[in-house]
Amino acid sequence: MNFDFSDDQKLLKDQANKFLSDKSSLKVVRRILDTDETYAKEVWKGIVEMGWTGTTIPEAYGGIGLGHLELCMIAEELGRSLAPVPFSSSVYLATEALLIAGSEEQKQKYLPALAAGEMIGTLALSEGTQAATPKTMKVSFEGGKLNGTKLPVPDGDIANFAIVVVKTGSGSDEKSVSLAIVDLAGAGVTHAPLKTLDPTRNLSTVTFNGAPAELLGKQGEGWAVVQQVLDRAAVLVAFEQIGGADAALAAAKDYAMNRYAFGRPIASFQAIKHKLADMYIKNELARSNSYYGAWALSTGAPDLPAAAAGSRVAATEAFNFAAKENIQTHGGMGFTWEFDCHLFYRRAKWLSLCLGSHLSWKDRLVSELEKRNAA
Amino acid sequence: MDFEDTPEEAAFRKQVRAWLEANAPKGAGAGMFSANLNEAEALKIARAWQAKKAAAGYAKITWPKEFGGMGGTGIQNVIYSQEEANYNIPGGFFDIGLGMCIPTVMAHGKPEHLERYVKPALYGEEIWCQLFSEPAAGSDLAGIRMRAEREGGEGGDWIVNGQKIWTSGAHYSDFGIVVTRSDPTVPKHKGLTFFFVDMKSPGIEVKPIKQISGGANFNEVFFTNVRIPDSQRLGKVGDGWKVSLTTLMNERLAIGGGGGALGTDQLIELARKTIMPDGQPAIRNAAVREKLADWYVQGQGLKYTRFRSLTALSKGQTPGPENSIGKAVSAQRGQDYSAFAMELMDMGGILNEAELVHYKAGFQASWLMAPAMRIAGGTDEILKNIIAERVLGMPGDIRVDKDIPYNQSPGVK
Repeated sequence: MNFDFSDDQKLLKDQANKFLSDKSSLKVVRRILDTDETYAKEVWKGIVEMGWTGTTIPEAYGGIGLGHLELCMIAEELGRSLAPVPFSSSVYLATEALLIAGSEEQKQKYLPALAAGEMIGTLALSEGTQAATPKTMKVSFEGGKLNGTKLPVPDGDIANFAIVVVKTGSGSDEKSVSLAIVDLAGAGVTHAPLKTLDPTRNLSTVTFNGAPAELLGKQGEGWAVVQQVLDRAAVLVAFEQIGGADAALAAAKDYAMNRYAFGRPIASFQAIKHKLADMYIKNELARSNSYYGAWALSTGAPDLPAAAAGSRVAATEAFNFAAKENIQTHGGMGFTWEFDCHLFYRRAKWLSLCLGSHLSWKDRLVSELEKRNAA
Repeated sequence: MDFEDTPEEAAFRKQVRAWLEANAPKGAGAGMFSANLNEAEALKIARAWQAKKAAAGYAKITWPKEFGGMGGTGIQNVIYSQEEANYNIPGGFFDIGLGMCIPTVMAHGKPEHLERYVKPALYGEEIWCQLFSEPAAGSDLAGIRMRAEREGGEGGDWIVNGQKIWTSGAHYSDFGIVVTRSDPTVPKHKGLTFFFVDMKSPGIEVKPIKQISGGANFNEVFFTNVRIPDSQRLGKVGDGWKVSLTTLMNERLAIGGGGGALGTDQLIELARKTIMPDGQPAIRNAAVREKLADWYVQGQGLKYTRFRSLTALSKGQTPGPENSIGKAVSAQRGQDYSAFAMELMDMGGILNEAELVHYKAGFQASWLMAPAMRIAGGTDEILKNIIAERVLGMPGDIRVDKDIPYNQSPGVK
């Protein structure tokens, strides 16, 4: 039994932790929260210099050709630090979509630029306040032109290009969905930041008005590719959530050990001890699920859809719980702008909604289990 | 990252498989809670099997060879358990003796004790039980009342009176380890003394406890003027708490198994096949789906947490604190999903008819046993205290009776 990350992979995690605690403290997160900056450019520059943006990109395309296990280690530390950078959009979504569906020419064009940090990419899927489905989506791609509005688009005000999930036919089934790749600085594209509950990660509204674009992958096969990208991203985001949940637990414990009430540290009250034990339990269950997700992702196992959904459901549960109960443990101070609790509360929710809701992932998981059980 | 044995582990597994294939009894019936075999029959098979295992060195793989073990590793122990689980061998009779009692004797007994008691226990000839809990002391073990008074001076026999409870196997045990109160005038942790006792001693009476499940897996044990020679004392007079901690630390790492027979697979199958009042299968119901997802994810979390512990063991390390969450999660989870399975069966869910109800009324049986799982071997609440204190490093509870004489403590008459 060797169900663990290797020593080299753990070393990479330690390096990531060191870099991020050094360069991307919560002070940096607060700067993005309090100003009009959309992301921490100096942190991003460091990330690019260390090669993290090229982790899973093959060396032939300018990457460093490591695997998804390494990327999981980096993700956990990004999550722990709440780093305000467009990493998930560019690396988990855009890069993975290109690796899955890009033509040779597209790979040549985008992957080296993504690895080198010369380009930042994203995936534009949502269209408003409900889940995007083949039935409800409206943004169209006809005659090489995009029309319609995508919102919220993660890091849409930062990215140079977007992979847009579009309708390419009049049908309402999966076969009418394709992917188009578009230059966000090009003609016919406007974008603007949206107000969000976590201003430390950009969300944007992007409108296309006859914007020139090209297909990514074959026409009518976009929906299947999106599902694959979401599965991969679910595992990677789960590691960010676990990192964040661990950090929230550590913060709650720190405060409880030093806050005195009724003549004793509040950490000595069972109501607090059991709350923190519950956080620990959820975090470990999420970690174990996500290790399995990481294994399935790195080996391309047929069980990836269930493993990814399991990772995401468990990690969402863990981070949301840790973030809200961290505030509760802090009492009134936890509700102040000054204390850091709200940074975790905000990010936990951002991450839990960024690839689709908790409820929809549970549903996705049960659909997989149902198929397996019926077989 | 993979799920494979190392070459050494694979070789050991092969060796174990070959030995089991050649030696394990076939079709021996189920475990000790089974209705297929009565206890006497199960015990007979188990004793014979234990003797065979001991002779081959498999009875205690991690013990040194001088004590009849194999001098093996923790992961070898797990591999053996995994392979043995493929056979239907009655179990559970020797775990407490070999897992907790004998290691305590080894740590605190005299050489002649080891000479006399270790081998018969290992070979299943003598069975041991653990006399710790009392009606008024469970989670707070140091609050026990069973009184031990010395007759005469130094070296005199001890006369023991009082009651123990929840003693598994007391009715078929030959010996027991027992913690007693030898001095009620000092604070509670300081007035305890530890012995082992012959369960056939005059004055010991064992009575089975009828449980809410109707079964009787545990006993009450009454001591009336039971005489214990001072030579059977383990540790110094007044050091009983320290000795008890040795016993508790020897509780085995419960990472070999994989939980009960009925789990989310059966629950999903049930939800696929059960038609709800709206005419649709239950699994099409959104509320049902959400619960299935939660329990599945918890189950996967437990499974892969065990795999992480096994990995540590495989590398020769001690499993990390993540191993402590298993029981805290699984007992309540089992109670909840069993109740939910019954809910799916509508009014029929309350039936306890093996012939009529899905899975031989297995969810019903597990629902009825579930309260015990949440209490035995550490309540959910105590386990969360342990996680908070030992894993997260939070302070212990404030103990109001820690420094006052036991006989003046609140609640002690």
